[in-house]
Amino acid sequence: MPDLLLELRSEEIPARMQRKAAEDLKKLVTDALVEQGLAYEGARAYVTPRRLTLQVVGLPARQPDVEEERKGPRVGAPDAAIQGFLKSAGLNSIEEADIVADPKKGEFYVARIRREGRKTPAVLADIVPAVVRGFPWPKSMRWGAASAEPGSLRWVRPLQSILCTFGPETETPDVVPFEIDGIVASDETRGHRFLSQGPILVRSFEKYVEALEKSHVVLDLDERKRRIEADANTIAFAQGYEIVPDEGLLEEVGGLVEWPVVLIGSFDAAYLQVPPEVIRATIRANQKCFVLTKRSTGKLANKFILISNIEARDGGAAIVAGNERVVRARLSDARFFWETDQKPLPEFAGSSLKPLDQRLERLKALNIVFHEKLGTQAARIERIVSLARRIAPLAGADADIAARAATLAKADLVTEMVGEFPELQGLMGRYYALAQGEDASVAAAIEEHYKPQGPSDSVPSSAVSVALALADKLDTLAGFWAIDEKPTGSKDPFALRRAALGVIRLILENGLRVRLGELIGAALDALPVSSDKTAVSADLLSFIADRLTVYLRDKGARHDLIAAVFALDGQDDLTAAVRRVEALGTFLETDDGANLLAGYRRAVNILRIEEKKDGRTFSGGVDASLVLARGEEQEKVLVEALRVANESVREAIAREDFEAAMRALAALRPAVDAFFDAVTVNADDADLRANRLRTLDALRLATLTVADFGVIGG
Amino acid sequence: MSAPDSNDPLHPTRSFQGLILTLQRFWAAEGCVILQPYDMEVGAGTSHPGTTLRSLGPKPWKAAYVQPSRRPKDGRYGENPNRLQHYYQFQVILKPNPPDLQELYLRSLAAIGIDMRLHDIRFVEDDWENPTLGAWGLGWECWCDGMEVSQFTYFQQVAGIECAPVSGELTYGLERLACYLQNVESIMDLNFNGREGAEKVTYRDVFLQAEQEYSRYNFEHANTEALFRRFREAEEECRALLASGADDANKRHLMVQPAYDQCLKAGHAFNLLDARGVISVTERQSYILRVRELAKACGAAWLLTDAGGAA
Repeated sequence: MPDLLLELRSEEIPARMQRKAAEDLKKLVTDALVEQGLAYEGARAYVTPRRLTLQVVGLPARQPDVEEERKGPRVGAPDAAIQGFLKSAGLNSIEEADIVADPKKGEFYVARIRREGRKTPAVLADIVPAVVRGFPWPKSMRWGAASAEPGSLRWVRPLQSILCTFGPETETPDVVPFEIDGIVASDETRGHRFLSQGPILVRSFEKYVEALEKSHVVLDLDERKRRIEADANTIAFAQGYEIVPDEGLLEEVGGLVEWPVVLIGSFDAAYLQVPPEVIRATIRANQKCFVLTKRSTGKLANKFILISNIEARDGGAAIVAGNERVVRARLSDARFFWETDQKPLPEFAGSSLKPLDQRLERLKALNIVFHEKLGTQAARIERIVSLARRIAPLAGADADIAARAATLAKADLVTEMVGEFPELQGLMGRYYALAQGEDASVAAAIEEHYKPQGPSDSVPSSAVSVALALADKLDTLAGFWAIDEKPTGSKDPFALRRAALGVIRLILENGLRVRLGELIGAALDALPVSSDKTAVSADLLSFIADRLTVYLRDKGARHDLIAAVFALDGQDDLTAAVRRVEALGTFLETDDGANLLAGYRRAVNILRIEEKKDGRTFSGGVDASLVLARGEEQEKVLVEALRVANESVREAIAREDFEAAMRALAALRPAVDAFFDAVTVNADDADLRANRLRTLDALRLATLTVADFGVIGG
Repeated sequence: MSAPDSNDPLHPTRSFQGLILTLQRFWAAEGCVILQPYDMEVGAGTSHPGTTLRSLGPKPWKAAYVQPSRRPKDGRYGENPNRLQHYYQFQVILKPNPPDLQELYLRSLAAIGIDMRLHDIRFVEDDWENPTLGAWGLGWECWCDGMEVSQFTYFQQVAGIECAPVSGELTYGLERLACYLQNVESIMDLNFNGREGAEKVTYRDVFLQAEQEYSRYNFEHANTEALFRRFREAEEECRALLASGADDANKRHLMVQPAYDQCLKAGHAFNLLDARGVISVTERQSYILRVRELAKACGAAWLLTDAGGAA
């Protein structure tokens, strides 16, 4: 069966778009083939900086023939109708049509038209240009003389040539005949931009890959990455270093070269006084090089790995020297930023303010806007300071220290270093805070207050960091809730889900006891916008409860038990709520728990039926004197047991001993069982009946002090 | 074209001016008109009307020139070896871009002494955008051994107007390139005239004092009140000239270039104010927008002139 080979050779494709483009090419072409009735055995796409290649194997030589029936006029219809039918069906005479008998309509003509399948190359000559013209590049462009007219071809960068062949593996394939905007498909390609010359004639996919390899092109991105990784590790290892792994960088570098050649360079060890994160960010972002650590110490080394695209005549000496020069210049810049950021600002010459405090003043003076409705960054800092002060004692931190950390938390945003490398925000704040003699917990909190950044990020545990991280996130959440910019569906531009999860993890993983409702209230009060605070707070709390449900479910907790606890009012103390869920789970696994749940359900069922029958509820509590006077023994026992249980449960809940509360409920079980065995609820005496239903209601209420048993499943 | 031999003071690897002359000769040989720097303060070679305005409309155009570029914010009092508030760009604009523009560019690198079998030349994605000019294009940063030596852009839009046809723009960062060719670490160490001994003139001799003086001016002393005023005045004059130069009856415009000069003046005032740190982030956006509106209006008027291709 014949194969298709397609290569779209262009000027350099951005690295970040390559993998997706290869997938798109495969999907678009193979989908179109299938739609045209051309099944295939396999397909694979490849990409380099200068080519997108698709191989489809096991295609039929032509489309299957299709038969089509076309209904004509009835037999004996006027001649004009017959002639029209012959013309439209492409028949020469009416004898060529079949006659079909229909019980209702009588006999009529049917033309059976057999449409021959087209040859596959002809189909491809339609498919490929359509795919190329409609290719979903994230950004595309026009170019050259053709761009003077509207509708000219768009591609990610100018498209240089198209190779498109079709044929059996063993024979010379045919060129698929088509042309797009003056580019005529051929069976030729070119090799490496600098290490190869002249056209390459292509006979088969295997020969194509082989010829490219000879012309210094590794077609497969994953193979290039594999070679880079292997060579880099070998070189680093041989010199006593280890590469700091960086998959994102590896993917990018794999997309920048057709022929990877790994080289190692170094920089002046004096630059190592700049924080290692800065060196890494500099070398990675600007130079797309890997940094190394010394194997003996694990510390950053004054070495880097670079991936060049050529095998140089001098073995790469000039390339290494050139890269070293640039790294040196960049590190010199970084050191300049590092030093400048620790010096006074010109407008504060002679001021007693410390460097980071000066940056804070500059930030305030610049009136940098956080969000147009939520005011400036400076105003936000003030809010975070007062929130952090409030949270501090709850997290076990000193309020003044937490406030100091909050004050400085955003100051690094106006440092030179963070301006250059935004991903270093927080971290630079920590370094600069330490450098100006701040408390270590203040410095740590400045770095950690952005954490946790997601479900797998670590959660700060030091008290000041926790207080500040919570304050930062609660201000964000309250702010965007107050202006109604909540996440919807897949849209969450302000990462509010992440912030909510952060709040949850900060509280739970540190066992914090806070009333979230109160903190949200305080956060809302501080905002420059007015809102219906009760409604906004309730909505935000329920959003956080939803995120908590997801979080606990991921940890294996029963969804219905979480719901049973959160059905109660005032569950804004997340730590207590989670402990209650745990206690409830343990309780329900005991026989007492299971039976009590069964008793509860029986009681609620009876109540529901009787309440419906009477059209009234039986709330209001048991008439104890009636029970004493005329009740049965088991009824008396249950009423007394409920009184005792209610008291114990209330006490246990008050001291947050949820296990004890559950035990107290469990103690009800024999009384409940005995009651249902011996007492007829629907007594003939109306007063007794009503009082017994009220007893059942009291049982329901008793369970409701620990959870809403009504939403427990199973 | 024959390159001077490597002992010639004007060899591109020996002198800064030799590099400029070599690039000029190379692109002149490709049919470019060699323009001179525009006589106004601009932030980049792109702002020269020889690029901004000429890239609009259907008429073919090939030009190359050096443009001094002023970036007040990049000043470092002459202390940083790689950052200057005033430096040179070599600018090439080819409309429409020829199909082999990449090859031409690589040949120009060879002409200034870069051997492609020794050096690692790379085209790294760079989506170019100039918000004050309302311009964007796709292309690359061109790297030589990890150093960005040029910007390569296919203009898609300029002054908010679709380019038809597309121009190819090459911008060489001359100082950086020269450092590389001369193998010096600091721009200030560049040999400017290619002479040695007493006759040698370095980049430091020519520009260090200027860097120091202008850094003081840009960051500390520029009169912000006057700059705000100048911004407003330039903006007003630009609009006034666009209005009085419009010949609506004949659908022509008679005064685009003077108006465009005022747009450049406003842009430079903005850059200085930005360097002085007196423009807040929110205001910044609105100033950029105001300059862009001027540039757009100039671009639209340009299409009503002969050079802009008006019938």
